[in-house]
Amino acid sequence: MGEVASFKYVSRKRRVREDRRFVSGQATYVGDVTPPGTRHAAVLTSPYASARIVKIDASEALAMPGVDAVVEGRELAAATDPLLIGVDAPLVKRYPLAVGRARYAGEWVAAVVAETRALAEDAREKIRVAYEELPFVLDAEAAYQPSSVPVHPEHGSNVLLDRPFVWGEVDATFAAAPHKLAYRVKWGRSATVPIETFGVVASWDPWREMLDVWASIQMPKFADQIARALRMPMNQVRVHQDVDVGGSYGVKRGIKHTVLAGFLSRKLGAPVKLIEDRLENMRGGDMHGPERTFDVELAFDGTGLVHAMRMRAIDNVGAYAGRSPLQLGKPVGAIVGPYRIEAVAYHAIAVTSNKTPQEAVRGFGQAPTNYAIETGLDRVAETLALDRLEVRRRNFIRADEFPYLIPSGTTYDSGDYHAVVAKTVKHVDWDALVAERDKLRAGGHLAGVGVASCLEPSGANSSFEPLLNPKNTTTTWMESCRIMVDALGAVTLTIHTTSAGQGHETLAATAAGEALDIDPDRMRVVRATSLESLPSNSPVGSRMAIMLGGAAYRAGQKLRDKLVAIAAHQWGMPAAQLHYRNGGAEDPATGRALEWPDLILIAHRHYHLMPPDMEPGLAVSHVLQVPTGGGLPSPDGRIQMYPCFSFEFHVVLVSIDPEIGRPHIHRYVVGHDCGTVINPDIVRGMTLGGIAHGLGAALLEEFAFDGEGQLLTQSFMDYLLPSAHEVPEVEIVHHVTPSPHTVFGQKGSGESGYLGAPAAISSAINDAVRPLGIRFEALPIRISAIGDAIARAKGLP
Amino acid sequence: MRVELQVNGRRAEVDVEPRCTLLDCLRDTLGLEGTHAGCEHGVCGACTILVDGEPARSCLMLAVQADGHELTTIEGLSLGPGELSVLQDAFCETHGLQCGYCTPGMILAAHALLARTPQPTRADIVEAISGNLCRCTGYGQIVEAIALAAERLRSANIKTGET
Repeated sequence: MGEVASFKYVSRKRRVREDRRFVSGQATYVGDVTPPGTRHAAVLTSPYASARIVKIDASEALAMPGVDAVVEGRELAAATDPLLIGVDAPLVKRYPLAVGRARYAGEWVAAVVAETRALAEDAREKIRVAYEELPFVLDAEAAYQPSSVPVHPEHGSNVLLDRPFVWGEVDATFAAAPHKLAYRVKWGRSATVPIETFGVVASWDPWREMLDVWASIQMPKFADQIARALRMPMNQVRVHQDVDVGGSYGVKRGIKHTVLAGFLSRKLGAPVKLIEDRLENMRGGDMHGPERTFDVELAFDGTGLVHAMRMRAIDNVGAYAGRSPLQLGKPVGAIVGPYRIEAVAYHAIAVTSNKTPQEAVRGFGQAPTNYAIETGLDRVAETLALDRLEVRRRNFIRADEFPYLIPSGTTYDSGDYHAVVAKTVKHVDWDALVAERDKLRAGGHLAGVGVASCLEPSGANSSFEPLLNPKNTTTTWMESCRIMVDALGAVTLTIHTTSAGQGHETLAATAAGEALDIDPDRMRVVRATSLESLPSNSPVGSRMAIMLGGAAYRAGQKLRDKLVAIAAHQWGMPAAQLHYRNGGAEDPATGRALEWPDLILIAHRHYHLMPPDMEPGLAVSHVLQVPTGGGLPSPDGRIQMYPCFSFEFHVVLVSIDPEIGRPHIHRYVVGHDCGTVINPDIVRGMTLGGIAHGLGAALLEEFAFDGEGQLLTQSFMDYLLPSAHEVPEVEIVHHVTPSPHTVFGQKGSGESGYLGAPAAISSAINDAVRPLGIRFEALPIRISAIGDAIARAKGLP
Repeated sequence: MRVELQVNGRRAEVDVEPRCTLLDCLRDTLGLEGTHAGCEHGVCGACTILVDGEPARSCLMLAVQADGHELTTIEGLSLGPGELSVLQDAFCETHGLQCGYCTPGMILAAHALLARTPQPTRADIVEAISGNLCRCTGYGQIVEAIALAAERLRSANIKTGET
């Protein structure tokens, strides 16, 4: 369990310190950053899914007053290096602007810089581009064929990743199993779609030789990637991490935006601001999420126990690689979900197509995988005419089996799935819920109960990088915190990342406060620029409670140890004999004490009273390695992926209007165990938000393309985000199984809700339409799809 | 064109292009950057302000159309420097936000609700904020914040708009 036994600040209701600036309109988003002399950029995009760029004529645009420059791909590519990609595919080159060939509709072809954004947009209209249309491919299976048109001819095919894994006796288990089933499910292309689009301001100062960057980002190794692409030393890039990010949930990578703006700023010697409008964001922001088809086979016995699984997952990652193919890698670390499946074959395939590129989306591929697994558990129950809950209970890893090694090499830290389910079922009053469903059915509605149980791997490591890219041998994904106590005794924490609403300032202060026994509200938290930062990797993969919380606590411990050592030195006694409390040190034998101001005074001014060899002042830092991390994969692809595993169990009651097919959620309950909760309001908000997001992925949201590769859902009138009308009141049933790997026993919760909601809602809809012999095997399950299927089932035209 | 605006109780005379949206005018000309651009086609509500006390999409209005109207932005709700209104404080109490980008619009929509409906039902609250998209919270803690503010305003006998 966590090493801290009882808490003074952790797990208590405490206000989120960040909130004051947001409710007063005083936050600073990138759109609010406008250095003197700023010029504004707009981008011209390709109208074709695939085309050769024959000629770009910008003369008319350049002649307009107030227009500074028009830049096309060839000029940019000559001065920059390709953007880094996750997999080993060096010929799938990607620059911020298309070079000679546009590979999707919406791809940036040229950038215009002008005195105002409006002028830049006007000038954009005057650029003439001659295109020669080329063949294209949109479908993943078609793109996977060797005969397919390649999106990147230099690469030779569309295959970015094609890796079969076998863990355990899969074939033998299938051969011996009394029951088998096979099914296909599809996860539609959606994304997190933050309300704030991407934006960046880049400002090159030729006199100081410094590129200042303000960006709406959530990107590991961000400064590193800018420096590489712009061929600059990294200490000439200064990323301002105190920019508030207006939502991200994975997607705000913004690397192409920043490299372009940085290039333009250096070219013009002026700050350049590039804020996407919504259309630019939806088509060419490169933030679409997984579009994944799963072919799954399960081998199970007559009691519903699943013994082996074969899963083939093919993902359509769009026109460029980015980090997206790696989203097939993270699920390896929870490939059996919360179940004791003994043997697994997993075939991960990522292909390019002439669609908008993908980026990381909340869960990094785990939500689609959970949907595929959960669909299987429902099918097993259906096949054997068993209760869906009972089938899950039988397959769950038991509390006494942790730590539990799964076939793909990850050891789950802790959990009590049976307890969470029991609590949740009791809270729901399962029999009453089923009775309510049946009452709805009797009243002429279609109604269904859905369930889903799944894991949230947390504490992000980057183990999927070496797993899927043999040239990448990264084994650390550290996070850091620095604590300084000033000469007057005030505490300031430094964190080294941007945030997009996760409350990291509150988190760090709470953890440090717990270590130092000081009220967190008395601490200040600041964000270093990238040049002042300790090594850190940004808030991805539900990692910050574990990683930043851990680093802040460890730094606090170091500071506490230093203060105690100073006190011990005054009394000529071993530090181990003293107690630390309330910022001071006490000798329990005599009752004498040195308080916080006394110790601060010594550290800051009285070197003659310091222990020999101790550094004066009070500045400590801690760089935390990911718990359980550090290993490379075995040749058969076994690896410890993430350290901690949160658990969630969803129960949903849905009814469907039998005429129009509109689903209505009557009740939504989620049992949630993310170990020790550091801030209850933050965890609750993430869970509720994740469920709303999952509801969107399940019922509403999809980046749909027509046969020509044109994005059809490119505004909020077609790409539907759930509003307060669609999102139900959600009841959370709370459970705590501490993790043994973290200081407080905490696990991650940044992806909670989202990882199971789509599976649960799909389960409910399918339960509702089962009497009609209908099955939905693809997300999103739109009203129109439900309505059409019902009409067909009833023999209506 | 010269336009005379009443913003947060102050008169502001601005010179804007006829095509300039009210959103861009508030942000770029008047420096009121608490009003945010989300979709710029009138769906998300991040740009919500109050025009004569009623929520309006500042991205769908031209600045010249606001001539002579009373405008309230999020900057106009705080009681003084560092001093939150009851409604703003309630959002902090329930953590009715995460990234904060939709929050000013959400709070203004709620402010208008409480000004006309001191005792709103859950359905009233949902209806009032249904034109404001939030991607972080799933709305639960936002609804709670508004209900809490309504309760506090009632028990303090304060009418929204007075503080």
